[in-house]
Amino acid sequence: MAATAETVEQVKSIAGEKYKYGFVTDIESDKAPKGLSEDIVRFISAKKNDPEWLLEWRLKAYRRWLEMPEPKWAKVDFPAINYQDYHYYSAPKQKGDGPKSLDEVDPQLLETYKKLGIPLHEQEMLAGVQNIAVDAVFDSVSVATTFRKQLEKVGVIFCPISEALERCPDLVRKYLGSVVPVADNKHACLNAAVFTDGSFVYIPPGVRCPMELSTYFRINEMNTGQFERTLIIADKGSYVSYLEGCTAPMRDENQLHAAVVELVALDDAEIKYSTVQNWYPGDENGKGGIYNFVTKRGACRGKNSKISWTQVETGSAITWKYPSCILQGDNSVGEFYSIAITNNAQQADTGTKMIHLGKNTRSKIISKGISAGKADQTYRGLVKISAKAEGARNYTQCDSLLIGDTCGAHTVPYIESKNKKAIIEHEATTSSISEDQLFYLRQRGISQENAVALVVNGFCRDVLQQLPMEFAVEAQKLVAISLEGSVG
Amino acid sequence: MLEIKDLHASVQGTEILKGLNLTVKPGEVHAIMGPNGSGKSTLSYVLAGREGYEVTGGRIIYCGEDLTDLEPEERAAKGVFLAFQYPVEIPGVPNSTFLNEAVNSVRRYRGEEELDKIQFVKMLRAKTKELGMSDEMLKRAVNVGFSGGEKKRNEVLQMAVLEPKLAILDETDSGLDIDALKIVADGVNAMRSPERSALVITHYQRLLDYIVPDKVHVLAQGRIQKTGGKELALELEKSGYADFKGEAA
Repeated sequence: MAATAETVEQVKSIAGEKYKYGFVTDIESDKAPKGLSEDIVRFISAKKNDPEWLLEWRLKAYRRWLEMPEPKWAKVDFPAINYQDYHYYSAPKQKGDGPKSLDEVDPQLLETYKKLGIPLHEQEMLAGVQNIAVDAVFDSVSVATTFRKQLEKVGVIFCPISEALERCPDLVRKYLGSVVPVADNKHACLNAAVFTDGSFVYIPPGVRCPMELSTYFRINEMNTGQFERTLIIADKGSYVSYLEGCTAPMRDENQLHAAVVELVALDDAEIKYSTVQNWYPGDENGKGGIYNFVTKRGACRGKNSKISWTQVETGSAITWKYPSCILQGDNSVGEFYSIAITNNAQQADTGTKMIHLGKNTRSKIISKGISAGKADQTYRGLVKISAKAEGARNYTQCDSLLIGDTCGAHTVPYIESKNKKAIIEHEATTSSISEDQLFYLRQRGISQENAVALVVNGFCRDVLQQLPMEFAVEAQKLVAISLEGSVG
Repeated sequence: MLEIKDLHASVQGTEILKGLNLTVKPGEVHAIMGPNGSGKSTLSYVLAGREGYEVTGGRIIYCGEDLTDLEPEERAAKGVFLAFQYPVEIPGVPNSTFLNEAVNSVRRYRGEEELDKIQFVKMLRAKTKELGMSDEMLKRAVNVGFSGGEKKRNEVLQMAVLEPKLAILDETDSGLDIDALKIVADGVNAMRSPERSALVITHYQRLLDYIVPDKVHVLAQGRIQKTGGKELALELEKSGYADFKGEAA
C-alpha cells in the first residue's frame, strides 16, 4: 500500500530529529582511562572509597566475567562489543568533597536536569505539590538527591549506593548480590565488577513511604558505559513506589548500559517499581544508540509480599531486559506490566520471569509490544512453578501491534510447571493499526499522528493505568513521540 | 454549500464515478439513492478524502473552496462529517476521550480555544441528554462491543458534538430496527438549520419517512441519473432501480 511507502519516507525524514533529550552537557569530567582490567576495577573501587570486602567482591566478579560467555539466546543482532573501548568511570568534576546540598551542585548540572524536565531545585521548593524525591545520576555518579530530610523523619533511607556503604554498610552487605548473584549473566557480572553508583532505598518495618521515589539516569560522556546498581529493601509491612527515568545524548557510538536492580520484599511488604526508559535509540539506520543490557529482579522473600514491575520501554538501540520476580514467600504476588515500543532500527528482546516457589503464589504478566519501521521485537517470558508451589497461579497476556509491514514481533513464552495443580493461562494476540481506524479518526478531525497515538495509547491502556499518576501522562506523550512519523 | 462538477474518481485504477454533478444549497437535505455498486459509498469516501479514492477529474467545491487536495482531518475541521456505514472499533480508547480529542483537534485547526475537561464534559452531557443516550456509552471503548444500533447512535452523537456544516450519512439506516432508525433520524433532524446541509445516502425509502429530503437523486453507473422531489423515493420503492441498470456491467 501507499501508506507503507510513505511511512518509510516519513520515518526517514524525522528519525533522530525528534529525540529531544539528545543534547550534550559541556562539563569537565574526571574519567578513568579507556578499557577494562583489574587495575580499572581497583581504580573505581578506590574512587568510591569501597570497604575491603567490596573490592574483593568486585575483583571476584571481574575474574568470573572474563570467563563468562556472552548471552546469545536473545533475538537481537549487533557486532561484538569491544569492552576495551569504553570508559568505566566518568564523573563531573567538582570542588572539594562533593555537594552537601543542592546549593553546592554545579549549576550546569542543575540546568541539565531542568532541560530534561527534572528541575531538582524547583522540586524541593514545590514540596507537597509534586511530592517526588529524586536521585539524579549523571554518568557514573549521583549528583543530587532531593527530599532527604523529609524521608529521614520516617526512617526511609534514600541515597546513592556509595553513600549507603558508609551509612548502613551492614544492610548493603547483607543484600547486595542476594537477588542477582555476581555471576548471574555476563552483563550483570560486569556490573558487579565496575558499578559506580545508583540508588539505595531502605523502608523500615511498617512504614508506607510518604512520597514517590525516583532516580533519573543520564549518560553524558562519550564512550562511557553506565553501570548503576539499585538496591531496594522493603522491610516487613512497608510500601514503596519507585520510578526511574533514563536519557542520553545523541551520539554515533553505541554506549553501553549494564545495570542491575535488586528488590527485596519481606513479609507483607510491597514494592512498586516503574521504569520509563528513553535512552537514545540511535538514528534511522541503527547508527548509535544505547545498548541497554539490564538485569532486574525482585525477591518476594516474605509471606504476603508483592513486587510489581511496570515498564515503558521506548528508547535504546538494543534492549535486553527481563524484570523478574522470585516468589518465595507464601501468598506472594508478582506482576509485570510492560509497554515496549520499537521504531526504525531498534531491537528489543524483553519480558519477565516469574518463579513460583511458595504456596499460593500468584503472578500476572501483561505485555504490550508495538513495532514500527524496521524494528524487531520479542517478548520472552518464563513462568516456572516448583513442585512445592501448591495453589500457584499465573495469567499471561501478550499483545503485539504492528505498524507497517517491515517490522517484526515475536512472542516466546516458556512455561515449566512441576506442580500439576498449578493454573497457568496464556493469551496472545497480534494486530496492526488498520487504515480503517486511521481514516475514521482523521474524519473526525484528528491528525494522522494523533490518530496513531490514540490507537496505540488505547492498545497500551491496561499498562498505562498501572503507572503512578504523575508519570502516566508523561508516558502517554512519550508513546506518541516515539511513534511520530511511523505511519505515512 | 456543496458543488460537485463533472467528478471522476477511481479506486485502484477502476473508474467508479464518471462525471457526477450535484449541487446542495445551505439548509438542504439531499437523498442519494441507487443500486449496489453504483458508487454511493465511493462518493462519500471521495468527499471525505479517503486515501485510495483518487479524483481523476472535475471539482468538489465546498463553501467556495476546492476540497480535492485537503487531508481528511482538514475537511473534517472545515465541517465535513461522514457518518460511517460500518463504524470502526478503537479498542482501549474511551468514547469520551475520542470525542474530546476530536472536538479539540477541530477547534485547534479553526484557531479556537480548546475546551477544558469541565467545559467538554458539560457539553457532552447536554448532547447525550438531547439524544436520549446513556452516559455509560461514553465510558466504553469506541464502538467496541456496540450493537449495530449503538454504533449508529454513536455516529449521531459524534455528529451532534462536532456540529458539521455538511453531514454525509452513508447508509446509516442499514441494519437498524425502527426505534434505532427514529433516534438516528431525530438526531439528524435536530441538526437541520438554514446553515447546515446533509447528504443522505441510502438504499431504501424507509429512512426518508423520517428524514424528509428536499431533493432525491438516483445515482447509477457513477452518475446522477435522475433528480426529483421526495416523491421520487416512493416511486423508486415501487419500481426498483431496473430502469437505471441499463448499461451495468
